[in-house]
Amino acid sequence: MAKKFKNKTIAWLEYRLPIFSVLREALVDHPTPRNLNYWWNFGSLAGITLIIMIVSGLMLSMHYVAHTDLAFDSIEHIMRDVNYGWLIRYIHSVGASMFFFVVYIHIARGLYYGSYKFPREVLWWLGIIIFLLMIASAFLGYTLPWGQMSFWGATVITNLFTAIPLIGDNIVTWLWGGYSIDNPTLNRFYSLHFLIPFLIVGIVFFHIVALHKFGSNNPTGIDLNLKKEKIPFHPYYTIKDFFGFGIFFIIFSIFVFFIPNVLGHPDNYIPADPLVTPAHIVPEWYFLPFYAVLRAIPFKLLGVLAMLGSIFILFVLPWLDTSKVRSCRFRPIYKQFYWIFIFNFFVLGWVGSKVPEGHYLIISRISTAYYFIHFLIILPILGKFEKTLPTPINIFKISKYKK
Amino acid sequence: MIQISNKRKKIKSAKDRRNFLKLTTMSMAAAGTAFAVWPFIDSMNPSADVLALGTKEVDLSNIKKGTSKTIKWRGKPVFIKHRTEVEIQDARKVDLNQLKDPEKDEDRVVNPEWLIVVGVCTHLGCIPKGQMNGDVKGDFNGWFCPCHGSHYDSSGRVRKGPAPKNLEVPKYSFINKNKLKIG
Repeated sequence: MAKKFKNKTIAWLEYRLPIFSVLREALVDHPTPRNLNYWWNFGSLAGITLIIMIVSGLMLSMHYVAHTDLAFDSIEHIMRDVNYGWLIRYIHSVGASMFFFVVYIHIARGLYYGSYKFPREVLWWLGIIIFLLMIASAFLGYTLPWGQMSFWGATVITNLFTAIPLIGDNIVTWLWGGYSIDNPTLNRFYSLHFLIPFLIVGIVFFHIVALHKFGSNNPTGIDLNLKKEKIPFHPYYTIKDFFGFGIFFIIFSIFVFFIPNVLGHPDNYIPADPLVTPAHIVPEWYFLPFYAVLRAIPFKLLGVLAMLGSIFILFVLPWLDTSKVRSCRFRPIYKQFYWIFIFNFFVLGWVGSKVPEGHYLIISRISTAYYFIHFLIILPILGKFEKTLPTPINIFKISKYKK
Repeated sequence: MIQISNKRKKIKSAKDRRNFLKLTTMSMAAAGTAFAVWPFIDSMNPSADVLALGTKEVDLSNIKKGTSKTIKWRGKPVFIKHRTEVEIQDARKVDLNQLKDPEKDEDRVVNPEWLIVVGVCTHLGCIPKGQMNGDVKGDFNGWFCPCHGSHYDSSGRVRKGPAPKNLEVPKYSFINKNKLKIG
């Protein structure tokens, strides 16, 4: 089965450590569905973004100082004095937004084509774990510049833990290492912010192992049994992924070089002041939908549980969606609900950025309710009653019902 | 035959012994691990120097009736409000059944003229507005938290919004008429 390596050194090492055959299987020979569309580019885009974040973060860590008196100034030192410091910092801060942008599309693709269904449930779980780690890392990283939004964002989020009955206050004191967000907090946040990306790398490894067990899902969502339905990863998908990188880097660069602060909040250029709360605390754009869920509910503990639930519900999605058909292409009714769900998610993001009063509060409550109704009521029932279109036997036989 | 069944019994008891040993060893290991992990967890709790910054004295003589002052204690703001007669009366005539976290005003103050509360919203830790002249004081003439819209009255009790509890009253005592010790 294993091809021999011609190069003697490689063959010698391969005999003792089968690294080259593993890499060749994963990056060269891996049989990949030949009908993948561009939505399948976003996995590799997430991978390259992770690498960019780790490298730029490493360079920043050589100049950043995690101390409440010095953190803000050290960021300005990076921006003004360090060679290309401005570039590296903007790559890192814009990169965080790019990472979420790419991963949201990656998740949305999974939802549309039913990639979470049997036998890819664990692959899906690992993806959600990566998403949760990304959320933690982004939140911790946003604290480090020690601006007003850093400080107050950290205050609001760590205070979520006070919602835990009985031991909530002790947990928050433990998280803070004091009676308020202060130097011990900043130090440990920096430490954890450094750690988490490497945890993500570890989970990504398992994500890929699980992916390669059954191979990628594909736009038709059917199981591919014919050999000719698949093509080797290299050169077909390496080249396609590189093309995707090119487009992505152009967009990334537009943000880095022309509008690096457009996705941030101007208040974070004000040094943190523990005695003044900004008039309107908003998280980064990628947290807004979940922030809206938190604020929609007038009871603290319930609000926190709903916010966590809105992500954790994804873990049981493979069982909530009772339909045997994976892809939206053959689920005409689910397709409508899918787009309503996406629209509703945008609505949540939009109200998350508004002050929760008056009609914004009402909209956020309706949207939050719909978010959960989609998963808990629509999906289980739809799978039982929806009349799906006939799926093709293989990807060459296109269903006659397809437009 | 007898010999065989004896042998079986021996094997069975040996298995039981083995299971017992496994179980006790594992529970000891688990307990030991728990003890070993504790120092690591506790190292994240407030350190001695943080704990030492426990108390603070405040001069009250320059806080006029009807105004308030914010001081920093344990890294958090503390609101010191010199209440007027009207504010005290407002706080006292409230029906306790209307309150989310029922507490008498009398139980929240030592001297009714002085209300001392930690200025941290019990929802998610923002600092409510209402300390400065011209601030929004909310619907109940106390404080208003702009983050998620909680309203507090002139006794620092939550009256409206997502906050679950009243503003916390720190431990304090009056050293003399014009001197307050917090902590």
